Amino acid sequence: MGQAVAIIGTGQTRCGNRLDVSYPELIYEAVSMAFQDSGLSPKDIEAVVSGSMPPAMEGVHNPHLYWVDAMGAKGKSLVRIATCGSTGISLAHAGFYHVASGLFDLVLVVGAEKMYEGNPQGVMATVADPFFQRPFLAGAPGIFSLQSNEWAHRYGLEEKRTRMAAAQLSVRNHTDALYNPYAHIKVKITVEDVLKSRVIAYPVRILDVCPASDGACAVIMASERMVKKMGAKPAWIRGVGYCGEEAFFGEGDKVVWQSAIRAAKTAYKQAGITNPRKELDVAEVYNPFTFQEMLFYECFGFCDFGKAVELVENGVVMKGGELPCDPSGGVLSTNPIGATGLQRVAEVALQVTNKAGDHQIPGASTGLAHAMGGLDQFNGIMIISNSL
Amino acid sequence: MSEESRILKGYISLPYRWAMGVTTTRFFEEFKNKKIMGTRCPKCNRVLIPARSFCSHCFEKISEWVEVAQEGTLKTWVLINFSYEGQPKEPPYIIGIIDLDGASVGLPHFVGGVVMDDIEETAKKVRIGGRVKAVWKENREGNILDIDYFQPIDQEISI
Repeated sequence: MGQAVAIIGTGQTRCGNRLDVSYPELIYEAVSMAFQDSGLSPKDIEAVVSGSMPPAMEGVHNPHLYWVDAMGAKGKSLVRIATCGSTGISLAHAGFYHVASGLFDLVLVVGAEKMYEGNPQGVMATVADPFFQRPFLAGAPGIFSLQSNEWAHRYGLEEKRTRMAAAQLSVRNHTDALYNPYAHIKVKITVEDVLKSRVIAYPVRILDVCPASDGACAVIMASERMVKKMGAKPAWIRGVGYCGEEAFFGEGDKVVWQSAIRAAKTAYKQAGITNPRKELDVAEVYNPFTFQEMLFYECFGFCDFGKAVELVENGVVMKGGELPCDPSGGVLSTNPIGATGLQRVAEVALQVTNKAGDHQIPGASTGLAHAMGGLDQFNGIMIISNSL
Repeated sequence: MSEESRILKGYISLPYRWAMGVTTTRFFEEFKNKKIMGTRCPKCNRVLIPARSFCSHCFEKISEWVEVAQEGTLKTWVLINFSYEGQPKEPPYIIGIIDLDGASVGLPHFVGGVVMDDIEETAKKVRIGGRVKAVWKENREGNILDIDYFQPIDQEISI
């Protein structure tokens, strides 16, 4: 694992329509909060890791050049990372690699998106290759519904039952978002509201799907020796796992989903976790679609394959349950894509250091952060704990 | 001074010239004769659709061509009922992953020839595990849309 790496500061902007600020100003807001949280200043940072979606999203290509001043990155090592939806977790992993390698003691990690400035679905429609897949695999709700429908069919799950469980997850995410000061969609909804909302990619309805948000997130990572020097009480990164799949959607099994399974297994092994449902206190699962969230529970070993609906029915993944998931309101309520995976990391760091405020899970000491990206193709996991 | 944040509007429109390579070019040329050709990896023996010049698992170069069937099994499907920029056709329409007989991997394409405006009626014809066959366009230009859609083959539903 190299040298131990800690998260010593986080910053998240309020998300939603942020046309009140320019792109660099949005970054500045998140980075300033991370410095304030850590007690550090830009001069302390040795390297910067940054990323977002394909830059056509905002129409400024290679935006890390545009972000430099807002990240205090002048005169420092700087890279840009882009893996679509999983960008945020890739950023966190890359920041971890920088410090774990022993080359850097203090690294700033920044992810952001400004989705109100362009045409998000139009940009994502150009992610697939132009010859074979583009006409069929554009439009994220369609891809994830293909996967979810196969999942329900594989295990012979009754449509009414999966529909109800997905609606309960939508209500949970929307309700939890009310307690997160940075969340985008803040509305009180009921199961009936979800079931009555418009079908966009059958059986997925509009309230099963995330919004497109503006937002930025910054995380400061430090080596063990720097943590000791500062006398900080940080969140420690205990394990990381990342796995990719073939370029063609039709090739892999997206139900017993190897990239998700392997990413989790790798991270669990490093963290010494053998029973994730018991040993994790909280999980921030990348959940832009309610149905897909259940599939992740199975791949991460929270339950057996085909049993995720029961986790929802029995309240295991709700606040007060054995393994509360996405107490932040998750991706379903807030999705500035380049920041989203890093928000999962920041949220788990807040939880295990008892700094999550109104959405704190009492006594949380170990948590899982996750993001998924590519063309339903990449999965990344980070295990974060309040002790080494 | 005002607290207003103004919006600057702009547009980026760029032309591209995407090289297909020899293998993809032949794959689409065969479409003009209503043939679906895959390539077989010499190491893992998988027949890959669309045809590839190297294997995604073994990293081996591939040169053997194999014709696959026009019929197959529907692995999964979704009815699209929303609009977005760059969309291939007006919703509602159906996307499926089709496991063609003789191919080792699924092909994403349209499923058609069925009712689309009543999901319960659609679901009577379009089923995961159901059989489908390729319906070709009359005028074929050598691209993925030469196959108009895959149509469910009527069959007795065994209960």
